[in-house]
Amino acid sequence: MSILLNRDTTFIVQGITGREAVNLTRECLDYGSKVVGGVTPGRKGREVHGVPVFDTVAQAVEHHGGPIDGSVVTVPPAFTKDAVFEAILNGIKLIVIVTERIPRRDVAQMVELAEIEGARIIGPNCLGLIVPDVCKMGGIGGPARDAAKSYAPGPVGVMSRSGGMTTEISSSLTQAGLGVSTAVSIGGDAIIGSAYAELMPYFEADEETQAIVIYTEPGGRMEAQLAQWVAANDSRLPIVAFMAGKFMDDEEMKGMSFGHAGTIVEGVEDTATEKIARLEAAGIRVVERIDEIPAAVKEKLAA
Amino acid sequence: MTIIEISSTWAFLVPPNWNLPILPPLRIGSAPLMRFYEFEARQIVELAGIPVTKYGFCKTADEARQAAEEIGGPVVIKSQVLSGGRMKAGGVKFADTPDEAAAHAEDILQLEINGQMPRGVLVDPKAEVKQEYYASVVWDGTAKKPLMLFSDMGGIDIEEVAETHPDHVGKGHVTNLMPIPDFEAKQTIAATGVTGSQLNRATPILAKLARLFRDYDMTLAEINPLAELTDGSFVALDAHMEMENEAVGRQKVLLRKQLEIAEDDTRETYEPSEFERNVAAIDAADHRGVIQGKDHGFSGNLGLVIGAGGGSLTLTDAVRSQNGRPANYSEIGGNPSVAKACGLAKEVLEKDGVEKIAVMMSIVSNTRVDIVARGVIKACLELDKDPAETIAIFRIPGAWEDEGFKILDRYGVEYCDRSVSMWEAAGRAVAKIQGEAASA
Repeated sequence: MSILLNRDTTFIVQGITGREAVNLTRECLDYGSKVVGGVTPGRKGREVHGVPVFDTVAQAVEHHGGPIDGSVVTVPPAFTKDAVFEAILNGIKLIVIVTERIPRRDVAQMVELAEIEGARIIGPNCLGLIVPDVCKMGGIGGPARDAAKSYAPGPVGVMSRSGGMTTEISSSLTQAGLGVSTAVSIGGDAIIGSAYAELMPYFEADEETQAIVIYTEPGGRMEAQLAQWVAANDSRLPIVAFMAGKFMDDEEMKGMSFGHAGTIVEGVEDTATEKIARLEAAGIRVVERIDEIPAAVKEKLAA
Repeated sequence: MTIIEISSTWAFLVPPNWNLPILPPLRIGSAPLMRFYEFEARQIVELAGIPVTKYGFCKTADEARQAAEEIGGPVVIKSQVLSGGRMKAGGVKFADTPDEAAAHAEDILQLEINGQMPRGVLVDPKAEVKQEYYASVVWDGTAKKPLMLFSDMGGIDIEEVAETHPDHVGKGHVTNLMPIPDFEAKQTIAATGVTGSQLNRATPILAKLARLFRDYDMTLAEINPLAELTDGSFVALDAHMEMENEAVGRQKVLLRKQLEIAEDDTRETYEPSEFERNVAAIDAADHRGVIQGKDHGFSGNLGLVIGAGGGSLTLTDAVRSQNGRPANYSEIGGNPSVAKACGLAKEVLEKDGVEKIAVMMSIVSNTRVDIVARGVIKACLELDKDPAETIAIFRIPGAWEDEGFKILDRYGVEYCDRSVSMWEAAGRAVAKIQGEAASA
């Protein structure tokens, strides 16, 4: 099985006529995903790789003839909030926000509305999620041929604050003969729809998933939140973590942001050193080297 | 009255039982926040309808004298720099007469604090304070809501109060979607035990602070101290504000019209290096793909032409952990043109002390391997360097890799695919540069 997506998941792409969205639509269709429509205001009647384009989400739902499960949102930052509100209030329950540089206020508003309406947001500033050989929602893994090379089905759930590293890590798990149950690029911003701890219950409930790998960075409190969740929930899933950006702990790097917007360190708790200590205290194995991940997972699975 | 040096963004609530000390963040370099001078923060607070003392922002000693005359009575003169530690540095002085105020202003206006010359001075009355409070709003990234903080122990560092007197710090979240109701502020204040007219006077102030935080896209809105004067009225004696950079574009009315901050006044705390400026210029010249370069804090011999966001963090660590000395940090993202990849590689190669470059990324799906390969080889050739000697390692697996590897073969550049980990690739680059140093 998998989390959040399955073979029958239907979704639309909001902002489908944009250059990046056109590529993403092609990739998802090639991978076997059910892209049932696209929305770009004013472009009703066009097609993108055979996918019908509508002016509104409501039109897409009407054309589909029933509820649509998800939406990949690729519209510019100034319009993202409106697009996500439109998706949520038209009954869409899973929203992947690819757009970066959205102000926090807008993200927080989208997340609060999603909570009220029972929808889940992945991102912003993410590449989406993938269930190997079944479905991908977003640009994750790239063209279908490349995605197939990096992602084979298996027992490991992957969550990563970096889109590229989601694929790098999944590929190493695939090469090691382990494979991936579902990989989620959760997004690189300070406020995101779904942090590690919020996705853990899904993995916990997924029979196929036997272990979790997370990729983390300095900045924010979501690793501490995960450590707390693990301590409070007696999870059956062993977790292996990799922390990038340790060099940011150096004195001369203080206050700088590298890589993603969310890496700004606002207090000592946000530093790599402190996060590693937190994760380890919760029984999470933090590997020093990126290439130690597969062996650490195997060790945990054998234990 | 106490003059407070606001030392830090007390950024997030400390979860229960985690009473760790919180370091004041030093926002060096590409600060992801728009920072405000105290006189601007004061204006913002005023715009939100929060009472402030009568103050003057002055650019000359004469203006300071006039301001002191208008205020009447003893005044405080404060240096307007984007830096903490003003009091210690001699940037805050007290004056009993307008002449004394002018003399202090004269000194302070010429005083550099942490590398910054002041924009001016703030002349403030020495207020008759009965009690000092603390009020702020920050983002709580875990709850994904703004968080109000209030204390009846104002004037001192809130981190310290939170640690030593947690029962004197009230915390409360603010709704994202509804207009912010007063009761959310009232609850937060009442949690500290404050009641009576003090509660009723402070409530609208905290609620207004929360509204300005949300309306103006702040990441920090802080009043410390919020003072209760001897006549029972409340005023903001000092304020500190930071705005999210992502929102600067939609806050033009506040920034350009009301505060009259110029577009090019970006408030960076250090001057970007030549390398950083050049890379930014190359990036801006071409819309395809994104490149970034930083060398603040780096001074090694191995140039890094690396990507993407998370990949760059991982690779920089991998080089350093294997005793390599990076000359810079960089990020390649999206699908840059040959010219852009070449431009970044050239800038890195031309940095002082750079002997070789390592070209490495996590597996790419959007960036094309062959284009980056062409770009870095072109950079070597244009600088009369042998690509095989200059490029210590090329490790970019993914889209168009076969085409890329063919080009690299032609020039004898060592490359690897995904079967070689990012750690190992970084190690090979370090070994090569060190081996050469050893045999030289």
